Amino acid sequence: MIAQFFQTVDLGIKSLLVQKLRAGLAALGIFIGTSTVIWLVAMGEGVSYRAQQQILELGAKNVIVRTVKPNAGGDEDANSRVKTYGLLRADYRRIVENIPNIRRAIPMRELKFELRLDDRTADAKLVGCVEEYLELNRLQIARGRWLSPRDRGKKVIVLANETAKRLFPYENPIGRAIWVGSEFYTVIGQTKDRTASAAIGGSLDSRDYNLDAYIPLKTLRQRVGDLVMKRVGGGQGFNFVGEDVELSQITVEVNHIEEVDETAQIIETLLRKYHETQDYAVVVPRELLRQAERTRTMFNVLLVVIAGISLLVGGIGIMNIMLATVTERTREIGVRRALGATRSDIIGQFLIETVVLTASGGLAGVLFGLSVGPVFRFIKRAIMTISPDSLPPIVDSLEPRIAMWSVLLSLGISLGVGVIFGVYPARKAAYLDPIEALRHE
Amino acid sequence: MTHLADHRSDQLDQNAAGDYAFRVENIFRTYFLKGETVHALRGVSFDVRNGEYIAIMGPSGSGKSTLLNVLGCLDRPTSGRYLLDGDDVSKISDYQLSRIRGRRIGFVFQSYNLLQQLNVMENIKVPLQYQGLIGKDANQKCRELANLVGLGDRIYHRPTELSGGQQQRVAIARSLVNDPYFVLADEATGNLDSKTTEEVLDLFESLNNSGKTIVMITHEDEVAARAKRIIRLRDGKIESDVLNQDRPQ
Repeated sequence: MIAQFFQTVDLGIKSLLVQKLRAGLAALGIFIGTSTVIWLVAMGEGVSYRAQQQILELGAKNVIVRTVKPNAGGDEDANSRVKTYGLLRADYRRIVENIPNIRRAIPMRELKFELRLDDRTADAKLVGCVEEYLELNRLQIARGRWLSPRDRGKKVIVLANETAKRLFPYENPIGRAIWVGSEFYTVIGQTKDRTASAAIGGSLDSRDYNLDAYIPLKTLRQRVGDLVMKRVGGGQGFNFVGEDVELSQITVEVNHIEEVDETAQIIETLLRKYHETQDYAVVVPRELLRQAERTRTMFNVLLVVIAGISLLVGGIGIMNIMLATVTERTREIGVRRALGATRSDIIGQFLIETVVLTASGGLAGVLFGLSVGPVFRFIKRAIMTISPDSLPPIVDSLEPRIAMWSVLLSLGISLGVGVIFGVYPARKAAYLDPIEALRHE
Repeated sequence: MTHLADHRSDQLDQNAAGDYAFRVENIFRTYFLKGETVHALRGVSFDVRNGEYIAIMGPSGSGKSTLLNVLGCLDRPTSGRYLLDGDDVSKISDYQLSRIRGRRIGFVFQSYNLLQQLNVMENIKVPLQYQGLIGKDANQKCRELANLVGLGDRIYHRPTELSGGQQQRVAIARSLVNDPYFVLADEATGNLDSKTTEEVLDLFESLNNSGKTIVMITHEDEVAARAKRIIRLRDGKIESDVLNQDRPQ
């Protein structure tokens, strides 16, 4: 049985090799189909893996409450130049006092601020924070030290890597003083580079930590205050608008991951009582993760459908070739029938020949698909050499991740295509009249 | 020449089944083509004993090809019986016909009909494969047959690398590989020149001398002259069935 099967496979290979170019072109369709599945899925997995990592950076045990600028219009004081909104220090106290099972809650206020030193400036994000902020966001100190409880209310500042580079391109910033608005702050530390984390709440961009500057929350409140005036518009004279925000974000960490959803709901209910407008958002990274998972699944389904279509087209090509082959080899079929081949022998022969064709295309496609990493990096490097800035950052940082299921699926489909599209030509061959077939020129 | 029909039927009654290779009884074959009825065979009866060498002759349209198809189990008669080693194969299924072709009949065609993608050895082996006979014994047998037809040194050659006469020898080797009840040759020398025709006919004769039953369909008198018995067909009937006494010894 098995020996006979291998003999038929051997015969199939020999028959295909008679028309090498034709077999090659027919298998090309399957090759492209299978390698496309693996490539696309690997790209998609790469993107979604990074998204997941970014979400995980937010902390799976965290509930993040963020200030969101409410929609303009409908306001009772639309003419007012100062908009007051967002999370309050009172909210922070309420959360800490009323919600049991939370491990800690960390308040934070951030705003765009210009830092200066002589003629150098940096448009940094000034973050008023507490000591736990470092650990919460997995920041690391490159030199100097992080904020300590003793610093509360003092004019000290920790610079993120990029901020430090802009202000101190050549020198060590530790111990130096820089301008924050109209006051001098002493630099006490510098953080290492840190990859961005996922976008949350009102902000669309992912959170980039590298242009930050950290000062104690208390200092920010006392020295800068809640109200921030900005110059807007052009024309003559100055035109200022102000935003009065107490806290930008409260990160609540719960004890157990299962409590995340429940805690988020309690916070939501609690805050709703005290906020007339929806000027805050409760974000659960775990929920984001689930959303990302759903997006990923949808994306994969889409890819598989596309790939399925390309394999269908490939399969039709295969069937076309096999029908031509059957017509060309009518005489051979007649001879084989005369020499004792039953109809099922003929079906087996042509079916196996088709499967050999699609499987070899599929295998080659899998091999090429598996090389997605090196090939993609090579292409990326080639493009970077030709024009360094042409790649969007998402492509630049993309690392394809091969999904085992996509390899198995595409291989399975390529075999299946062989069987499905091989049956008709094979049956056609088997049901030829042997007498007619023998007479065929 | 002596007429056979009478005394042979006496013998058949006396002999039990098994002494003859096959026997056809009152075979009719009628085709229906585009509303027209064609009577290709109209009551053909004869039998062939083991070890006979017969030639079936006749002009085109005499029913020669139809008879070949029936004898080769490629076609079923419309009526009548075809007994092959005692089994009536005139009404069996396509599957069973295929099995019988593979086990009991050895085909030799006019245009050799070797499979181009296979070498000599593999071509000879094809009928065995359809009976599940593969392995060392099969290879050994194919090698012996290649030697028998004088191509032992060319077993790994492709058909395209062989002359017409050599290809036909391979085809003859292939027809023998399944130890058939008889070899059915259809104009086996039709594509060959006179020298290679002689060689191939010599081969058939030596096979017959060693006991093989040979049925040769031909329209050439020189080819038929080498057979021991000649059946002539005309208009779907047997015109004559004679022993060939002019056969060169």
